[in-house]
Amino acid sequence: MKTLIFKTASAYLLPLLLLFSVFILLRGHYLPGGGFVGGLMAAIAFVIHSFANGIERTKNIVKFHPGFLMPVGLLLALLAGALPLLFGETFMTGLWMKQAVPVIGSVGTALFFDTGVYLVVIGVTLTIIFTISEGL
Amino acid sequence: MEILLVIIIGLLYAAGIYMMLRRSLVKLIIGLILLGNGANLLIFLLGKIVKGKPPIIEETEKMLGELYADPVPQALILTAIVISFGLQAFAIILIKRAYKVVKTDDLDEMNATDEDL
Amino acid sequence: MNNPFIVLPVIFQLFVAVILMFSWNSKNLQKLISVIGSLIALLISLLLLIQVRQEGIQSMQAGGWMAPFGITFVADTFSALLVLLTAISGLAVSVFSVGSIRNARVKFGYFPILHLLIMGLSGAFLTGDIFNLYVWFEIIIISSFVLLTIGGEKAQIEGAIKYVTMNLLASVIFLTAIAILYGLTGSLNMADLSLQIAQVENRGLVNVTAILFLIGFGIKSAVFPLYFWLPASYHTPPPAISAIFGGLLTKVGVYALLRVFSLIFVPDDFLASVIAILAMLTMLTGGVGALIQNNIRKVFSYLIICHIGFMLAGLGIYSTIAIAGAIFYLVHDIIVKTNLFMVSGLIFKFKGTYSMRLLGGFYKDKPLLSLLMAVPLFSLVGIPPLSGFWGKLMLIKGAIATSNILIIAFIILGSFLTLFIIARMWAAVFWKDGAALPKKKQIKYFEELKPLKRKAMISSIAFLSLISLAIGFGAEWIMQMAIHIAENLMDPSAYIQAVLGI
Repeated sequence: MKTLIFKTASAYLLPLLLLFSVFILLRGHYLPGGGFVGGLMAAIAFVIHSFANGIERTKNIVKFHPGFLMPVGLLLALLAGALPLLFGETFMTGLWMKQAVPVIGSVGTALFFDTGVYLVVIGVTLTIIFTISEGL
Repeated sequence: MEILLVIIIGLLYAAGIYMMLRRSLVKLIIGLILLGNGANLLIFLLGKIVKGKPPIIEETEKMLGELYADPVPQALILTAIVISFGLQAFAIILIKRAYKVVKTDDLDEMNATDEDL
Repeated sequence: MNNPFIVLPVIFQLFVAVILMFSWNSKNLQKLISVIGSLIALLISLLLLIQVRQEGIQSMQAGGWMAPFGITFVADTFSALLVLLTAISGLAVSVFSVGSIRNARVKFGYFPILHLLIMGLSGAFLTGDIFNLYVWFEIIIISSFVLLTIGGEKAQIEGAIKYVTMNLLASVIFLTAIAILYGLTGSLNMADLSLQIAQVENRGLVNVTAILFLIGFGIKSAVFPLYFWLPASYHTPPPAISAIFGGLLTKVGVYALLRVFSLIFVPDDFLASVIAILAMLTMLTGGVGALIQNNIRKVFSYLIICHIGFMLAGLGIYSTIAIAGAIFYLVHDIIVKTNLFMVSGLIFKFKGTYSMRLLGGFYKDKPLLSLLMAVPLFSLVGIPPLSGFWGKLMLIKGAIATSNILIIAFIILGSFLTLFIIARMWAAVFWKDGAALPKKKQIKYFEELKPLKRKAMISSIAFLSLISLAIGFGAEWIMQMAIHIAENLMDPSAYIQAVLGI
């Protein structure tokens, strides 16, 4: 799709959608949302961009191979899950900071776990999409 | 509502199995997707559908007072959806690759594994 | 007893996989990390087994959520023993892969996926939650899909399609069964289900659910009418991958059958006889199927099916001694089948073919190596001091105690078929005079490999052969453990007590 309107809009949509995906990620603890949905949304932002500008341009924006996000996200989620073991709690127990951080709210291991999921989902989805669209 | 869901689940399973019995690879994958959706709806149905509140305890209260929806089925379905998302993405890439290598969509022609080497 | 560290075998494998992904570009570093990681994993699982043996069943509630609500991990002797065997096979396959896996496959992430597969297996053995078991099964199958298709030759892709389809179907059936089970009881915790299912009044629906579980796990463990995907796919990937598949993937289905059909659904007469009949037909069809094959790896694939029948027979007889026999056989089979596929890989590296018609003269060329290969081959047959014998002995003892003549007849028939097949293979591959085979260009032969790679391949086979000899000669120790496990399976009150505290 090489229409001027879509092309222009996609340039603005990409940062907006990415910002919105982070918002979805952060509100996910008590409200609908979370790492998986947020990650998918961020991936969709790149997909829209690639529809408008071609897959090569999108790859240039991402700069590094999206597959690299997978181990980073997995490691983050793993560490968030395994951290309670050091405090004598069981695997995956939520640890929370005593005092709330301004703007974000109280920070716990669940946030890092969700961020890990977010990164893994972006990495996996973009890898799949880039791989499929290569042969088309 | 239950009756409607039961009928839909039955149709999804039947359609899924019918598609899986076809020879075309693409139809096979579609059949698997339909079956998976049927199974997800089945979990939803068997988790007992109620017109209740979400199972979140208000800040002012200590426990759930009113009738509330069971949170487990939606967690199970979400997990199953995520898993089937991955599996289906893999399966689609696999049939694309198979079509390139074997140059056919017909399952009957895929008998290289039976060759006596 | 509560112990937060029993998930360590699972977490550690994930950690190794993540580290391996970070070193994606350095092949040698990946090999080193994989072997060291597998060694540490072996140590962790050994410690877990020792702890379970000393202190009884250990349990852990993930996230600190109380037992029937959260996800429980349980390590009883059965789980801990199987986690240990997984780690042993994992180490052997990892070392064997260093020698035999081509660099092109390492580049596509062979080692991280291998460790994710082992993580899935350990998780499936340790979990105490039926839905979590489903999740681990999915992790296992998706990693096995990737391993099966990596490299992507024609036969591999075709085998993968059959494997993928049947396993996805099995997952859907498993999920359906879980849905009905949840609808009936409102619980997913296996210990809690064990108590709840006894109180369900609709026995007909309980039996239907049991049959759904039997079909789902039956596809995964290649039981009689559902095994056709196995001989169509296991001989297509590289030997290291066949080894981990043949050794562990079907066995996790057998584990699930043993666990579910002792803890949740206690087989009544009808169900027990259905399982027994399936077991007998599995032995027969597997054995007869292996008779007519010419490809060594296909012979082994059919023998996997035949020997799944032995383990299922233990469940069909359903007495302590028979289940103990099945568990002993499971222990022996994991080690031996992993080893046999590696042996077939080594033979291929020497001769460039898997065909028994073309092979020959191996004993004349390599007498010492042939003797090493004889250990797993004859353990499989079950010649008395070797490991396969004791499991069958206990199974037959159990069948005699319940005067189940037909099962005894089939076990003996299955054993003779195995003996005949292995003897024929020994004659064809090792003793028959071999013609000189034409050298193929695309294969890297054993002589062309670096010395380190050669040593890696032979040492992993020697390691598993040693373990198999140890199982045979230290049979009493394993037998005691198997009887202890069988007693705990027949009377799950200790398991329930460890999970729910009642």
